[in-house]
Amino acid sequence: MSVSHHPRETERTDFVAVLAKTCLVTFLISLGFVVLYPLFWMATNGFKTNAEIFGNPFALPSGFSIANYISAWNQGIRNYIATSVIVTLGSAVCTVLVSAWTAYGLTRSKLPGKPFFVGIVLGGLMLSPTVAVIPLVRMMQDLGLYNTYWALIILYTAFRIPFTTFLIRAYMLGLPRDLDEAAIMDGASEGQIFWRVTLPLCKPILVSCVILHVLFAWNEYLFAMIFTSGADLQTLPVGLTSIMAKHGTNYAIVFAAMTLSALPIVITFFAAQRFFIRGLAEGIGK
Amino acid sequence: MAVMKHEHEGEAAKIGFTGPSRVEKDRFGPIAGVLSFRWVLIAFVLILWFVYYPIIDNFIVSTKNQDIFTGETAFIGLDNYRRLQGDPVFWTAIVNNTLYAVISVVFQVFGAFVLAALIEGLTEERWRRFWRAVYFVPSAISITVTGLLFYFIYQPDIGLLDSALTQIGLAEWSRAWLGEEGTAIYAIIAMSQWQGFGYSTLLFAIAIQKIPRELYDAAIMDGAGTWRRLWNITFPLTREMTGLMVIVTITGAFQVFNEVMVMTGGGPNNSSQVLGTWLYQQGFIENDFGYGAAIATVIFVITLITGFAQLWYTKRRRVDL
Repeated sequence: MSVSHHPRETERTDFVAVLAKTCLVTFLISLGFVVLYPLFWMATNGFKTNAEIFGNPFALPSGFSIANYISAWNQGIRNYIATSVIVTLGSAVCTVLVSAWTAYGLTRSKLPGKPFFVGIVLGGLMLSPTVAVIPLVRMMQDLGLYNTYWALIILYTAFRIPFTTFLIRAYMLGLPRDLDEAAIMDGASEGQIFWRVTLPLCKPILVSCVILHVLFAWNEYLFAMIFTSGADLQTLPVGLTSIMAKHGTNYAIVFAAMTLSALPIVITFFAAQRFFIRGLAEGIGK
Repeated sequence: MAVMKHEHEGEAAKIGFTGPSRVEKDRFGPIAGVLSFRWVLIAFVLILWFVYYPIIDNFIVSTKNQDIFTGETAFIGLDNYRRLQGDPVFWTAIVNNTLYAVISVVFQVFGAFVLAALIEGLTEERWRRFWRAVYFVPSAISITVTGLLFYFIYQPDIGLLDSALTQIGLAEWSRAWLGEEGTAIYAIIAMSQWQGFGYSTLLFAIAIQKIPRELYDAAIMDGAGTWRRLWNITFPLTREMTGLMVIVTITGAFQVFNEVMVMTGGGPNNSSQVLGTWLYQQGFIENDFGYGAAIATVIFVITLITGFAQLWYTKRRRVDL
């Protein structure tokens, strides 16, 4: 068991080192089992019959019929996924675009009193959705947005602008200005510089921001539960609890529904792992 | 800006710029400052309207006794806050949130730190990457799914936990984990550790990767063992990340809502209520908006304190923030 990054420790290849290494690997594998087995159990329970679920929980399903998955899909998951996709993508585009504009204004434009504006945006990082939820209900009702996609898209955007702007701004501060200066000499306007020069340079951080936003919006529960009540407007997390309430006795379908809603984000994670990890690293601050 | 200057001073001087602002000033003139406001306009309207204003409105609502159905409103000052003092469930919630914070700091900060150090100590990069990814998977899944999953795992009739306990001869330990007042909140917190530790492990791993390897080489030359290196090099050099993670974890622990809502709804007998679910219960189930808003104010004050701690911490690390 070596905590160093140093590969060659020939003098330590004695019995103790081998024992330590074995312990470490055993520990990592056991922990990996604790992490993955519940997810494996969830997916395989989706293939079981209800009677099998009430039998030995460690047993594998007798057959891999996807009937439960199909009925979960048809009994709501399809609609919930559609809503989640609309809300997630809509708010991701709004959030990243508005935040990029704001970050540009806060770093590159001639805006007077920048520290004041930066303070307002970053202050928003400290305000949590839980605190705002009661007043927001009446506001959304007054605006006629209650129980619409727009309620969620606007709220997800508003609450994620401070964080996303913070990330993009930090990135823009580190960008060289030479290209800006050159573009200004060529007579480019602020708007042209933003779209043609700054935004393309920010691509890596924009990708990270989109991923972080998708992870947030896809999984958000509080706003989604409170601002949508119709079944056709529920996002996946809220829809799942409705399926649970509706099919409370038919566990197999609930397990299939859970697996189906976890799948897209897990696949996205493995497909875009590199971006995910970089995004998360940016998110916590370097 | 400081960063940019350091890195690009040389190049700027080469192409003949004395300062970045001169050219811009000549080009846009004084009116440009006002026009530049357009860049931040949409964000400001959205933030002030939907993020800041509700906080003020929340405090106003908390000083009123309001019925959303009849619409009748009466000003009652700080009565809702006095009511909080005598509300045993509110204090249960405070205790539960604090438990959540303490246990999460132990597992998701210090446990994750040790795990990240162990993983980063593996010699092969593909295995390091493999374990980081495996442990992270639950963090990508929504809390609703993991909450429901553990709701089933904790069930006595179909769940994994009680079956596993029976198989290893600890049948007398098995119980309805979420159905008993003494265990419900701990069962929820345990689920949360299962879900969250991989995320912080990943972040610590990234921090550890940034430590120069020469430090470890030098320590090995000096005969420092594994634990001495962990304690004298890895821990001090990731202390900033540790501090940040402690603050972020505590903030998160006081905003917990989703997992409690899905797994117990605050029960049995309000034993697993946290501030978030008690707010929901009072505001949206009992329709007592004023009292719910008072609970929200308490969450606001706590997260404001941790938020300032985080800002102070980040600012201390990065002068150009």
